[in-house]
Amino acid sequence: MQPALVSPASASFLGIPAVFIYILIPLIGIGVFAYIMRRRIEPLLKAAPDHRFTRYPERVRAVLKIWLAQWRHPRYLLAGILHIVVFFGFLTLAARSTQLVILGFVDGFSLPGFGGAFGHFYSAAKDYAGTAVFGSAVILAVRRLAFKPARYDVPERYGKDHTPEAILVLGLICTLLVSESLFDASLVAAQAAAGQPAHWLPPLTLGWFFRHLLAGASTAALQGIHLAAYTIHDLTFFFFLCFLPMGKHFHVITSIFNVFFMRLDHGNVKPVRHGVDESKLDELKSFGVKTFEDFTWKHMLDFYSCADCGRCSDRCPANRVKRPLSPRFISIKARDCCFKLYPLWGRTQEESKALIGSIYSEDEIWSCTTCGACEQECPLGIEYIDKMVDLRRGMVDEGMVPQSLQKPLSALEKRGNPWGKLEKKRVDWIAGVGEGCRVKLFEKGEAAETLYFVDSITSYDDRMQKVAQATARILCAAGVDFGVLGKDEKDSGHEVRRFGEEMLFQTLKEQNTEAIKAAEVKRIVTADPHAYNALEKDYSGLPPVQHISEVIVDAVRSGRLTLTPGDNGSKTYTYHDPCYLGRHNALYDLPRQAIDAIPGIRRAEMTGDCRDRSFCCGGGGLMLFYEPEEEQRMGVVRVKMAQEAGADVIITACPFCLVNIEDAIKVAGLEGRMEAIDLCELIDRHIQR
Amino acid sequence: MEILVCVKRVPDSAENEIEVKGDGSDIKRDDLVYSVNEWDNYAVEEAIQIVDRSGGSVTVVTIGSEDSEEVVRREMAMGANNGLMLVDPAFEGSDGRGIAAILKAAVQKGTYDLVLCGAQADDGAAQVGGMLAALLDWPYASLVNKIEVQDGKKIKIGREIEGGNQEINEIELPCVLSIQTGINEPRYVGIRGIRKVASVEIPVLNAAALGVDAAAVGKAGARVKRLDYFVPQAGAGAEMLQGSTDEIAAKLIDLLKAKGGLK
Repeated sequence: MQPALVSPASASFLGIPAVFIYILIPLIGIGVFAYIMRRRIEPLLKAAPDHRFTRYPERVRAVLKIWLAQWRHPRYLLAGILHIVVFFGFLTLAARSTQLVILGFVDGFSLPGFGGAFGHFYSAAKDYAGTAVFGSAVILAVRRLAFKPARYDVPERYGKDHTPEAILVLGLICTLLVSESLFDASLVAAQAAAGQPAHWLPPLTLGWFFRHLLAGASTAALQGIHLAAYTIHDLTFFFFLCFLPMGKHFHVITSIFNVFFMRLDHGNVKPVRHGVDESKLDELKSFGVKTFEDFTWKHMLDFYSCADCGRCSDRCPANRVKRPLSPRFISIKARDCCFKLYPLWGRTQEESKALIGSIYSEDEIWSCTTCGACEQECPLGIEYIDKMVDLRRGMVDEGMVPQSLQKPLSALEKRGNPWGKLEKKRVDWIAGVGEGCRVKLFEKGEAAETLYFVDSITSYDDRMQKVAQATARILCAAGVDFGVLGKDEKDSGHEVRRFGEEMLFQTLKEQNTEAIKAAEVKRIVTADPHAYNALEKDYSGLPPVQHISEVIVDAVRSGRLTLTPGDNGSKTYTYHDPCYLGRHNALYDLPRQAIDAIPGIRRAEMTGDCRDRSFCCGGGGLMLFYEPEEEQRMGVVRVKMAQEAGADVIITACPFCLVNIEDAIKVAGLEGRMEAIDLCELIDRHIQR
Repeated sequence: MEILVCVKRVPDSAENEIEVKGDGSDIKRDDLVYSVNEWDNYAVEEAIQIVDRSGGSVTVVTIGSEDSEEVVRREMAMGANNGLMLVDPAFEGSDGRGIAAILKAAVQKGTYDLVLCGAQADDGAAQVGGMLAALLDWPYASLVNKIEVQDGKKIKIGREIEGGNQEINEIELPCVLSIQTGINEPRYVGIRGIRKVASVEIPVLNAAALGVDAAAVGKAGARVKRLDYFVPQAGAGAEMLQGSTDEIAAKLIDLLKAKGGLK
């Protein structure tokens, strides 16, 4: 039986067998793509090392969850669902596209395993998938053009709008789907017209629509459409492939790798240079990231992988209060810079310029509070905190540190606290603990099972000393045998490290480690999440570290601590998740359980802005000294969120949050109507004594 | 341009709680931490920037004990090319003129086009720069907050005048300038920077090596002698407002309104 239409592999144009063209298109396409990829890989080979060829089971799990299951996408519901449709559509259609390309030179080709029943099932599945992707692409284009979600905006200082690229790609996707469907539909229509058994097109798919549309067409027209659709599909497919590495759609290729190699831990900071031990840091000629090649290869892969979705910046507190930082553009500016340094055609630029002063500004890099909201959100596993820290290390090494930070750094070096207060005054707060609770001092040679690590702000700040006193009273009430290091305690150095002053951090760490080891305790307890995170993630070889909320919940459960009823529900409380307790250490439930242990307390959630979507109060440690350019304080935004949740009292579990939120209440003019309290203070008030 | 910057190691008032000894001879020094005098740090930064723009070298000099080495190293970590320490027991207790005389000898040991001092020291009297210029018979400008190098013979300098006014002068080289804070933004020096210059040799000169008459400087040669040192009693003219921040603010507003300061 004569086929209803001449197939692409058997066709000829002007006497030339079309097979030649259909072999040539993939050959050129793959050749160009290989060349582009070789250029794109070049900077990665010159980059700083990054040890990511480790922990394969966890990495595979990350790929299955975050890449394949698109875990983070529904956090932005509409865009997320549309992306999931497109993603699975692409995965499904990949086999069909491969088959189509080969059909150009192997007549009747079908992929191994795609014959028989599975072939029929797949054929229907890919038709529905293609139709769903087409529908999604149309909705996405309308959304881009008509509704213009704010997070896609490109502020003038960051360059041109990215909409044309997005629309071009959506156009390419639609072209692929329409041409693929027309290729099928024209054949089916011709088969039907010739009275041959026609291939079945599932109802309501693109192909099905086109077949009905083409029902009356002549065989010649159908033949023309059949071959034209094939050729357009072939050309578009390879154009699209080569276009991907030009911009934000590179993620179609890189995402699986980027997720595989993504950061698996939270709260930690990368070493100055992978493979260089902390004791050998002095031997390094340069610290941190100064030029593009100082980034690690994974950080470069991050730049390639950014899909420009704007979720990071949408959740970034610095961006929200109009500090000069938008994480999305940290990636996009670096990618643009990379494409300039390593152009597709022409020579690689010999000398890489300093990044600060060319693509990034000093204030931009100091604006980050390292809260981690961006990393929590990124559907592609792009990281920012380590880049910020590395860029800061580079600035510190070059002496580029704002005057507002130089004073506290110098004081930390000399006195072990950012205010330059006397070491012996570190224990002044103990005088206010009150009777019936004695705080032991390891510096005086006393012994205890537990070390309460107070850290600088809680030791020295008048207001925060009340938190230290409350913490001590809780420990006493819970029957914990504890002591403090006193003048031997130095600042944990948590922000010193995150502000890029690695050597000062190392010094503080050594001093604290020595003092802690000398105290010979079984565990460490702290009420400061920054100290908690430092001791847990930045230090090593210490006894186990617990946050006070863990001690409270434990003591309540075991009956050692009994809490009295609250204020009969006259006030509504809300809990603010500190970044370094929540996002960086996943301690979301313990503080809530501690609060809920107070009988009759009424607690509301800042829905949408709590737990891993908590909004940073403004930053801790050295960030208290930094004077950022901003339109309003992060704390004020946060306090308004609490107000909207119907709260009268914001409970936090971090001294820096308390400073920022108490200030913000005043700035927002809510004094008297809203108050802030530390978790320890709240529990202390309700201890049954 | 060859630049000499005079620096001093002082107890940092921001990182110490300064207490005066009972006998009024000095402050209590047991629990002090020291740093480079803030004004001097600006002077070093300015010198480094001048050399970055127009070539030459920066030498940092200090008078004091072996302890002063830390501040010289810190300034060398900033980018000063050379250090110089003037150490002699005979220098102890010098008055301003004595310090200027010792520095004069150091200046004459080298070939400097420009000598920079801080406008004053945390624990000083803002006199050394002027005296040094006079002893050298060089031109002098004080409270300089802007330096523009023109040619090898002259520079243009800006001076801060009371009330926020600015004056621009031309001054012949060699000269002495005392530097005001705010002239630049001094770069940060961390532990890493200091370790990098930890093994650089710093020459130490004593009175003999400098050719300074030991009797003319130090305690013996001082013609200004400190008689007493104390914290003045709070005057009766001051009214301390009491209460919470809000109450204090409210009282202050009332007072200002009452005296016509606020309309």
